[in-house]
Amino acid sequence: MSAIRRLGFRTKGWGGVGAMVVACALTAALALLPLRGAGGSGGTGTGGAGTTRVTYTKAETCEHPEKRSPAPSADESGPAVQEIKRRGYLIVGVDQNSFGWGYRDPNSEKGGAGLEGFDIDLAQEIADEILGKREDNIRFLAVTTDQRFPAVRDGTVDMVVRTVTITCTSMQEDVAFSAPYFRTGLQVLAPRDSPIEGYDETLANGRVCAAEGSVALNRLRGDKRNGKAVSVPNQLDCLVRLQLGQADAVVTDGALAAGLAAQDPTVALKGDPFTDDYYGVAMRQGADDLVRRVNQVLADYRDDGWRASYKRWLAKPLGGDASKSLPPEPEYR
Amino acid sequence: MEGVDRLRAAATTEPGRLRVIGAALALLAVLFGSVSAVQMDDRADAADHVLHRSQPLSVAAARVYGSLADANTAASSGFLAGGQGSPESRTRYRDSIEAAADALAEAATAAEPGSSSAKAVTELSKLLPEYNGLIEQARANNRQGYPLGGAYLRYANDTMQERMLPTAERLYQNENRRLRGDYDAATPYPWVATGLGVLALGALGWAQRRHYLRTNRVLNRGLVAATAACGLALVWLVAGHSVARSGLGDSYEHGVHSLHVLNDARIASLKARGNETLTLVSRGAELTKSGEDVFDRAYRSDMDDLSGLLDEAARIADDRAGEQPVQAARGTMETWRERHRAAREADAAGDYQAALDGIVGDEDKPSTGECFDGIDGSLNKALAHEQEEFEEAAHAGRQAMRGLPGGTAALAVLGASGAVLGIGRRLSEYR
Repeated sequence: MSAIRRLGFRTKGWGGVGAMVVACALTAALALLPLRGAGGSGGTGTGGAGTTRVTYTKAETCEHPEKRSPAPSADESGPAVQEIKRRGYLIVGVDQNSFGWGYRDPNSEKGGAGLEGFDIDLAQEIADEILGKREDNIRFLAVTTDQRFPAVRDGTVDMVVRTVTITCTSMQEDVAFSAPYFRTGLQVLAPRDSPIEGYDETLANGRVCAAEGSVALNRLRGDKRNGKAVSVPNQLDCLVRLQLGQADAVVTDGALAAGLAAQDPTVALKGDPFTDDYYGVAMRQGADDLVRRVNQVLADYRDDGWRASYKRWLAKPLGGDASKSLPPEPEYR
Repeated sequence: MEGVDRLRAAATTEPGRLRVIGAALALLAVLFGSVSAVQMDDRADAADHVLHRSQPLSVAAARVYGSLADANTAASSGFLAGGQGSPESRTRYRDSIEAAADALAEAATAAEPGSSSAKAVTELSKLLPEYNGLIEQARANNRQGYPLGGAYLRYANDTMQERMLPTAERLYQNENRRLRGDYDAATPYPWVATGLGVLALGALGWAQRRHYLRTNRVLNRGLVAATAACGLALVWLVAGHSVARSGLGDSYEHGVHSLHVLNDARIASLKARGNETLTLVSRGAELTKSGEDVFDRAYRSDMDDLSGLLDEAARIADDRAGEQPVQAARGTMETWRERHRAAREADAAGDYQAALDGIVGDEDKPSTGECFDGIDGSLNKALAHEQEEFEEAAHAGRQAMRGLPGGTAALAVLGASGAVLGIGRRLSEYR
């Protein structure tokens, strides 16, 4: 446009006549030239996007991944526990955006948006048990859903307490799990007045949102559906998409979905959980001593602390009946 | 063919030859006058456009871009200040949104319908309320203590970074191209007019020499007057245009060019600040493949841009008043980097509160927020100075062309009349 405008000024003068002639000649030349070039280049450049294929790791059919954790032990002489004790504080990967689990309340009375939630309580309990109850015995690091296992693997964090589902696939990623500390299952979240009724045919053609790297997204991609899967960095972003009408439903753990519903009274959980899943603390594979020590903390926590924390953070969004969420008496391998 | 025959017949007698010479001289003078009038009128027009249209529009487009980036930065800083947000950041956000809307309206009136600029303005006018809505949502959720607020803010930021700012940049580039086009139309030498002037003078000289050889009379008053008028017109044309050209050239080199670099630097610092605050808002919710925080990486790249642009601005600043604020901004930038590094270290070590203090700060705690404000102040000072420089030089250039088209035309008409009168006097001797 600007080239034409520039010519526009000049055409007013005498020089413009010459310019017009040159422009006409140029235009003609340019119009004719591509005809020669076009024939040869048609073949290249295709296939780039088409050839990328998504490969899904087929979930290993191991039975009951939640029953494969080593038995608890209060022994603290192992190398992994010793290293933490030497360092003086525990490094835990957490979520800072998950309502009720791990988040910074901007209006927190502690001031400066302190971290709060069920997972935070649990992480603090583990730190208190291993290192003794004192200030500064724990450091929290925010990790995203798809970065939580790499962070464990490369030792950036000692453990991840971040609503991590215990799955066989995760165990193949060099991650070891504690015994389960919470029971949940994938559930559908949709606007209250939406025709979607659960994980069934009412959802078949809808745009469904799930977090990148989450169990829910793998499940969505595995099930052959007509609708589109919308993937976002964080399950919280799904609620934004839902409110803006860019997604019709969200699939995530019931425990997290309840946290989303708590932030928006116009959405609701639809249907029952369609999977049976457990949250566990993720640690580095090979750090057996640490896993056993954490299992010991969890075993004690079941009897003392678990219910109080549930009541404080989760009773409102999930309902007062804690027994549905408390995992059955753990079995070890 | 008949005309050519008559011309040939006329050329065989001295009165006939004189008539032809007289007509040719008059024609040359008139041609010189009209071509120089047309060519200089074009250039004067283009210079007017530079001064009164394309440069102000380029400034408006830069203001659209700057205000949008500013609003985004204010929104995320306010977010870090807690559930209510700080009153300063709210005011700053509101002012920036209003400034963006004003500048958009200005750009809209000047954009030609259907042009790329018009499309960019339309798109931005649609996105601005959408963006504002997302920010309001973020605030409402944040007030209730819901982490959803942060998610809205990140979504609003995505809208700004991926859709609005690139569109605003396109508008800015368009207007800069238009400005460049006006400069290009205002500055070329009027070669055709100059050539015709030289030709007319040469022809007049030849006619007077011929007159001297044939009659032994030195002076023909008409021809001398014609020569003087054409000579004066030619000198005016060449000198006037040269002065105008140098004034406009100055206004580009010392004004427009500096303004571009400073505007780019201001935008880089706004982006850096926005990404810096978002690092804390997002709380690690988005990471790159290699595990870096998306926003922290963007911050570092923005700071590198800022550093390069400030170096460039210091290099092209041509006086102390222009250079001093740029040097001040450079110094502040180093402090910013240091404080940022300390805040990031605190955050990586899990001390969120220390990181927050280092970025947002309190009255008594040093923060990168102060550095950002300092740089913004310095850059605005430098921008005001360069805008003044531009206007001074461009005015001088435009002034040099004042009266030139009409003046040269009038002189050339005088020249033509002189030639006709002079030749007429010779002709009368044959009656």
